[in-house]
Amino acid sequence: MLELRTRDLVSRALLIKIQRTKTEEREKKMTLGLINANPVVQAKKEGLLRVVSEESVTVDDKLDRILITFTPTIQHCSMANIIGLCLRAKLKECLQLHYKVDIRVSPGSHADEVSVNKQLNDKERVVAALENPNLRQLVDECIYSDEI
Amino acid sequence: MKVMDKNLGLEEVQKLEGHTDRVWNVAWNPAADGVIASCSADKTVRIWEQSSLTRSWTCKAVLEGAHTRSSVSVLRGHESEVKSVSWNASGSLLATCGRDKSVWIWEIQPEEDDEFDTIAVLTGHSEDVKMVLWHPTMDVLFSCSYDNTIKIWCSEDEDGDYNCVQTLSELNNGHSSTVWSISFNAAGDKMVTCSDDLAVKIWKTDISRMQSGEGYVPWTHVCTLSGFHDRTIYSVHWSRDGVIASGAGDDTIQLFVDSDSDSVDGPSYKLLVKKEKAHEMDVNSVQWAPDKESRLLASASDDKMVKIWKLASEP
Repeated sequence: MLELRTRDLVSRALLIKIQRTKTEEREKKMTLGLINANPVVQAKKEGLLRVVSEESVTVDDKLDRILITFTPTIQHCSMANIIGLCLRAKLKECLQLHYKVDIRVSPGSHADEVSVNKQLNDKERVVAALENPNLRQLVDECIYSDEI
Repeated sequence: MKVMDKNLGLEEVQKLEGHTDRVWNVAWNPAADGVIASCSADKTVRIWEQSSLTRSWTCKAVLEGAHTRSSVSVLRGHESEVKSVSWNASGSLLATCGRDKSVWIWEIQPEEDDEFDTIAVLTGHSEDVKMVLWHPTMDVLFSCSYDNTIKIWCSEDEDGDYNCVQTLSELNNGHSSTVWSISFNAAGDKMVTCSDDLAVKIWKTDISRMQSGEGYVPWTHVCTLSGFHDRTIYSVHWSRDGVIASGAGDDTIQLFVDSDSDSVDGPSYKLLVKKEKAHEMDVNSVQWAPDKESRLLASASDDKMVKIWKLASEP
């Protein structure tokens, strides 16, 4: 029972809305701590993206471990790292601290799967990325955008 | 001293509370008994001292930014966070490393009011360098990285230029993921490393050959300890009396020793103690006290605690 509740909590917390807005307003060249490429947030329209569904959250309440898998929309999605970071940032606020969380892209869904997974699960790198002001701002915009 | 007593356990001596965020690292003062420094994500360094009367530790100082202490020297050069620092045995050289993938060596200039000169900027790692450590007796520098390798640097020519003389990678029995920590045994002829690949590896070299001035003698793999931790192993430390401590993301602290069995394949190691739930969260650092008798171990964790443990016979 506890397992289901935790899972529900987690997936609701992760209803991250990734706002895509006009290139001219949001284009930022960022030195990303996490990834080498400089993703530019480009979009054609305003849209909300539901990144994680309930099925992709696995909870092991005995060991206090959570596995979250998410599926980037395209194989070479440069947003994969950002999405992962957003998940980390959101979870940090919502979840009891003792859970160990692993975040991965769903197998076969991304060209740099191994590299993305490795970065998202290196806590030192995640902390460094979230201390980068540009990245932090982007992440905050993503996770707080729906709060009115 | 052989550590073969079957009833040994790790007993919690004290919990040092005070930090308000995860504690990344602890270090024992090599000269002053019972003095520990800890650094935290709360942006402070705390100094804890053991009272000679009560034998318990209290926080003696909290070092924050520019407030408490005036700095003597500021060493600039790294392009992003500096993750680890290490003094060589004689205290004349300081090595640093960071997320910018480089390793820097600084030499202290006593005639110039203790200024530090950069004598080397070593690039070679393809990713963040997690830790640097000087060999305990020779000026040979070791670094480990997110690129899964351990690199060994020394100065072989008269110019004093440091070069990478060996890389321990997956190709020569090395780790298959980020290497987080390195430690040497007291004699300096063995080294232990730990990784995100959930293994602890032991390496050795022929120290007498190396000290005789023959030139660089390569390190070789001795054995791999796997199946003990099931989360990233962040720290390993080899005590002066031969006990290897490891701390990991599974919240445990484990101790290993030379199994002392005569095996054809060479030395092997076995688990001495497994301390489950040593902390409430990831164990980031384990460090043995530098003296030979106390058998005290300090640990730092994401749970904001520093703990002091004693390796002793269980009742």
